[in-house]
Amino acid sequence: MGPYYIDLHKTAVQTQQKSLEGYVGFASLPNQVYRKSVKRGFEFTLMVVGESGLGKSTLINSLFLTDLYSLEYPGPSHRIKKTVQVEQSKVLIKEGGVQLLLTIVDTPGFGDAVDNSNCWQPIIDHIDSKFEDYLNSESRVNRRQMPDSRIHCCLYFIAPSGHGLKPLDIEFMKRLHEKVNVIPLIAKADTLTPEECQQFKKQIMREILEHKIKIYEFPETDDEEENKLVKKIKDKLPLAVVGSNTIIEVNSKRVRGRQYPWGVAEVENSDHCDFTILRDMLIRTHMQDLKDVTNNVHYENYRSRKLAAVTYNGPDNNRAAKGPLSTKSPLAQMEEERRDHVTKMKKMEMEMEQVFEMKVKEKVQKLKDSEAELQRRHEQMKKNLEAQHRELEDKRRVFEDERSNWEANQRLEQQKMEASRTLEKNKKKGKIF
Amino acid sequence: MAATDVDVFSNEEKRSLNLGGHVGFDSLPDQLVSKSVTQGFCFNILCVGETGIGKSTLMNTLFNTMFENEEASHYQNGVYLRPRTYDLLESNVHLKLTIVDTVGFGDQINKEDSYKPIVDYIDTQFENYLQEELKIKRSLFNYHDTRIHICLYFIAPTGHSLKSLDLVTMKKLDSKVNIIPIIAKADTISKNDEAVSEINASMNALLPFAVVGSVEEVKVGNKTVRARQYPWGIVQVENENHCDFVKLREMLIRVNMEDLREQTHARHYELYRRCKLEEMGFKDTDPDSQPFSLQETYEAKRKEFLGDLQRKEEEMRQMFVNKVKETEAELKEKERELHDKFEQLKRMHQEEKRKVEEKRRDLEEEMNGFNRKKVAAETLSLSQPLKKDKDKKN
Repeated sequence: MGPYYIDLHKTAVQTQQKSLEGYVGFASLPNQVYRKSVKRGFEFTLMVVGESGLGKSTLINSLFLTDLYSLEYPGPSHRIKKTVQVEQSKVLIKEGGVQLLLTIVDTPGFGDAVDNSNCWQPIIDHIDSKFEDYLNSESRVNRRQMPDSRIHCCLYFIAPSGHGLKPLDIEFMKRLHEKVNVIPLIAKADTLTPEECQQFKKQIMREILEHKIKIYEFPETDDEEENKLVKKIKDKLPLAVVGSNTIIEVNSKRVRGRQYPWGVAEVENSDHCDFTILRDMLIRTHMQDLKDVTNNVHYENYRSRKLAAVTYNGPDNNRAAKGPLSTKSPLAQMEEERRDHVTKMKKMEMEMEQVFEMKVKEKVQKLKDSEAELQRRHEQMKKNLEAQHRELEDKRRVFEDERSNWEANQRLEQQKMEASRTLEKNKKKGKIF
Repeated sequence: MAATDVDVFSNEEKRSLNLGGHVGFDSLPDQLVSKSVTQGFCFNILCVGETGIGKSTLMNTLFNTMFENEEASHYQNGVYLRPRTYDLLESNVHLKLTIVDTVGFGDQINKEDSYKPIVDYIDTQFENYLQEELKIKRSLFNYHDTRIHICLYFIAPTGHSLKSLDLVTMKKLDSKVNIIPIIAKADTISKNDEAVSEINASMNALLPFAVVGSVEEVKVGNKTVRARQYPWGIVQVENENHCDFVKLREMLIRVNMEDLREQTHARHYELYRRCKLEEMGFKDTDPDSQPFSLQETYEAKRKEFLGDLQRKEEEMRQMFVNKVKETEAELKEKERELHDKFEQLKRMHQEEKRKVEEKRRDLEEEMNGFNRKKVAAETLSLSQPLKKDKDKKN
């Protein structure tokens, strides 16, 4: 990355407002988006959880006005096995040119055993495995199609006891509210009177608050009108629903409802139940938002937890105990670790170098001292020897002097003697005459 | 990620069902549109072309607004990329437009490396996105996407074929970004020029748009249009007989903006990402062709990484051990040499000593000899005087 430009991400982006002096045409962008999305088609995955007999299949059929569950494809209450299963079925439905691939995930056996401990586990596992699939396909080197089979919404059916949440309800929602958008529903609401229903709802919401359960929240918008609607819906939570696809004539109107001896409970009558609110919210206005929240919140949570675990794996993972999650990618994490390691190594190298130098110096010094000592001794010896030499020389000189003196004396004596003898001889000779 | 083609699930059982009434999911596209309008759109244009070729004028004309721009000098000593971001609003649609200008392109004497800063810039935007995508805690949905969605390559209207700089640059950019070649200042080439058809052929049926840009308005007839006024006539920007401006605007903005964004993301970015990951040693399958899970991939990478660090540490330690051994050996050698030297000196010294001893003994002997001689001579001289006296008596 050379100095060829300003990196928009490292410096504060300065955007300027510009007004247009004529029609440009990018206002058609929404249309472009619209067309593309219709061409692509849509998909949605809905999970349905609740004890058997709460009318889940009927409600789904009513919501989508189709026989998703039928004799051929029985609902979860008819498919109970020994353990809780998680099963899904896909249907393709079309409306107004828009194609929707709808996946319904249901959980036959949930809450129906005598001992229901951990009956939520297969569900949690299923949700996680879908996240895992998505994470893996997102992380591949070669990414092509990334099928999204993540659960976008979980409708949780509460039995209309009128009293409050069951321990199982609380357990379930507590464990799943951070993995999926949970929308609790009061099932078979036509067994409760309006007053009972009101009480029940209040009680449930109290308990939800008390246990800090985070159910799906409708987003605030900038629109006043919309916000008013949102507030209205919030006041009616949890929604109490009734499902039916049977058409009955009421006051010469054909409606869907449930026929009782005492009257007809109409599914789409907002005085009778909250079905229309649920349908409008789930399908007509907030389906996209449910997908977005799943993608941006629940999935990201799963992903960051998973990657953190992977990153901080290994023998030197004392960081796992430390503060908040790093925002770095595992690769950046490794990069940082590598840099730390390089620093550590440099330090180690320096230390080793120092120790080494010191030891070498010591040894060299010792050697030097040794050499000096030996040199000194040698000098000493040499001096001694020279002294002896000189002494000897002196002695010799003295001796030679003495000797040559003596010899000279001797010669002198000898000469004298010779001389006197000769004289003597001559005298003797001379005297005779 | 957005929904993908429905056919992906063709291997799973999928029932097509009929609806018994209006359900309401036909509002899904509207829901999606409403969300994207709220988020706002973003588009990034890279303009590559020589200084003075008309890039800024064309941008102003296309977007009907006066973008800031200082005229660039021709004396840059390199190619610089200058990104500028603008917030535009049309109807209720917000567009965050980034225009990246290449300053100094084609101005140097040696243009061999001119394409490099451009390729670098494009790659860096990909890299930034990739880094964000790989973070543990990331926020992609409000990430300011700076990846280049379209590169407008301005060709000088010389009337001849492409310059070699153009060929080299376009080739390098071709695999990294969507390119639209544009013949700038089309009002300087006459219609049906050889160049246009030649260029067509040499670029695989890519149609370069021959454009004219202008922000000045001229009165033609009783309409006021954007045009360039010459003594010999008025070149109207939006007249399709005069130039391809309308076609370009149509294509770029009104019809395909979203497509271009998607192409950039789905094709060019994916290519970059794939190359980058492969470079770092990531694979999708192990030697047995079993697909890796993300966990396995990271764990493997991490093991490799830790092993690498360990190895480096070992290497360094070993190096030191060797160094120490070497130095020790050196010093020992020196010690030995010293020892030898002094041994030799000692021997020499012994030898000298011996010699001195010898000399001493010699001297001693001589002295003894001399003393004996002396003594002998004395005894002789003692007896001599008797003889003398004896002689005297006679």
